[in-house]
Amino acid sequence: MSDHGTTGAAGAGVPARAGKVMTPEEVVGRLASGMTLGIGGWGSRRKPMALVRALLRSDVTDLTVVSYGGPDVGLLAAAGRIRRLVTAFTTLDSIPLEPHFRAARERGAFPLVELDEAMFLQGLTAGAQRLPFLPTRAGLGSDVLRVNPGLRTVTSPYEDGEELVAVPALRLDAALVHLNRADRFGNGQYLGPDPYVDDLFCEAADTAYVSCERIVGSAELTAHAAPQTLLVSRHSVTGVTETPGGAHFTSCAPDYGRDEPFQRAYAAAAAEPDGWRAFHDRFLSGAERDYHLAVRTWHKEQR
Amino acid sequence: MTRTGPTDERTTTRAEYCVIACAEAWRGDGEILASPMGTVPSVAARLARLTFSPELLLTDGEALLIGDVPAIGAASAVTEGWLPYRRHLTMVSGGRRHVMMGASQIDRFGNQNISCIGDWERPARQLLGVRGAPANTVNNPVSYWIPKHSPRVFVPKVDMISGVGYDSAAAAGPAASRFHELRRVVSDLGVFDFATPDHSLRVVSLHPGVTPGRVREATGFALAVPDDVPCTREPTAEELRLIRDVVDPRGLREREVRA
Repeated sequence: MSDHGTTGAAGAGVPARAGKVMTPEEVVGRLASGMTLGIGGWGSRRKPMALVRALLRSDVTDLTVVSYGGPDVGLLAAAGRIRRLVTAFTTLDSIPLEPHFRAARERGAFPLVELDEAMFLQGLTAGAQRLPFLPTRAGLGSDVLRVNPGLRTVTSPYEDGEELVAVPALRLDAALVHLNRADRFGNGQYLGPDPYVDDLFCEAADTAYVSCERIVGSAELTAHAAPQTLLVSRHSVTGVTETPGGAHFTSCAPDYGRDEPFQRAYAAAAAEPDGWRAFHDRFLSGAERDYHLAVRTWHKEQR
Repeated sequence: MTRTGPTDERTTTRAEYCVIACAEAWRGDGEILASPMGTVPSVAARLARLTFSPELLLTDGEALLIGDVPAIGAASAVTEGWLPYRRHLTMVSGGRRHVMMGASQIDRFGNQNISCIGDWERPARQLLGVRGAPANTVNNPVSYWIPKHSPRVFVPKVDMISGVGYDSAAAAGPAASRFHELRRVVSDLGVFDFATPDHSLRVVSLHPGVTPGRVREATGFALAVPDDVPCTREPTAEELRLIRDVVDPRGLREREVRA
């Protein structure tokens, strides 16, 4: 980790590139109330939870959240930070229903834009490609069109004349994603089996922030991994922050799996107000360091 | 029925008839992805791959295509392909997949709901959300698995159409109907399909011990019941051995189906 990739090729007279390393607090400091915020990962998998926890410690609110939802959506919903949610599902995977999301929906806490998973992907792709929309067959005949009266169809200009759904671009003010490794310039690497769509989140956003398990030198990224693990490229990244355990309690393969016992405790607490107050006080009232210490202590108590 | 060998001493359970009925959904599908949701469909897809549909592709439930057929819950030792979510979604639109989904509600034309119960604006009960059901149903063959057949599931009208039924696909036009195909519905009471003139649900077979009256009672709409309803077929001795000893030795299938 001696040079962080700045020396060598960059010889005398070539200006050194600036790094983009910041703290989670600095990342959140760049967010503003009212923004459209994309959150990477999928369900309860590789969610940028340290950044979400930092966001919960700020007063940023009134957010339009765009996410293949998991506990990121749950926590923001419980804290009343969501003005509008764009999603295809919100789940904890091993626990099918996210309790905070469920409660928020059942009390009508915020408007929902419910899309099919493939429609969501098309919308994000359109956002990344600066297209107004992309067509898809998904949604035709379903109530997704009924509950989203703003959705339009488009007729193929070719011989087939098919009428398809025109999914509007999902364009984001900011995106938060969590990856296994990154360098200080914002090149982000996933080492697990699934990239999810974190690269699209970054490309569809005006500003994108990558948290990672470890910041390493650029040369180290591909020392033991194939180049196609480099999912997110620095041209689409505004800031990088090192947050070990930053996806906890969601999974971050291969660095760690989902913390299933803790997720069960989260879900049980979230299902009733007193339980949630106690959970919040114990785990979410302090800094990120306090969170991890509290989780460690909790695990010791379970033995 | 001839009974030979140690695994045949137990009677075939209802869950095992369900496994056979679900496996039959993938017969003749060739080299496509079998996407089972739930335990019984997962046992069934693996059984189909081990017997009459050896070309089926299977996933580990995450991002990998598996080249072996491990027991439910056991790790795969052979990876034959890579199928992360985004590629999975793309594969759906290519149609080389037959998914067996669950349903919180399903109606007589096969409209399915997994999103929420009650008014969508403020549901009495939020469920999973539509997930991939809209895309699945207009792109690749779809079957359903209902572990508990009741009038609460088989309803006259679903609250939020997630999976598209025949009437909704027809109303939405040719682009919706082009690749739309609901193959079969398997419940703990029987096997059903939509092979009627108006594509409404009809009984194909009933599991042993289930009467037409029982299934009518458990269905919240008029169900087409032919005069001579056959029984769901018996598993072969080899199929029973594979279910009990190879694919589901822990008996997880029995937890999903009432005895």
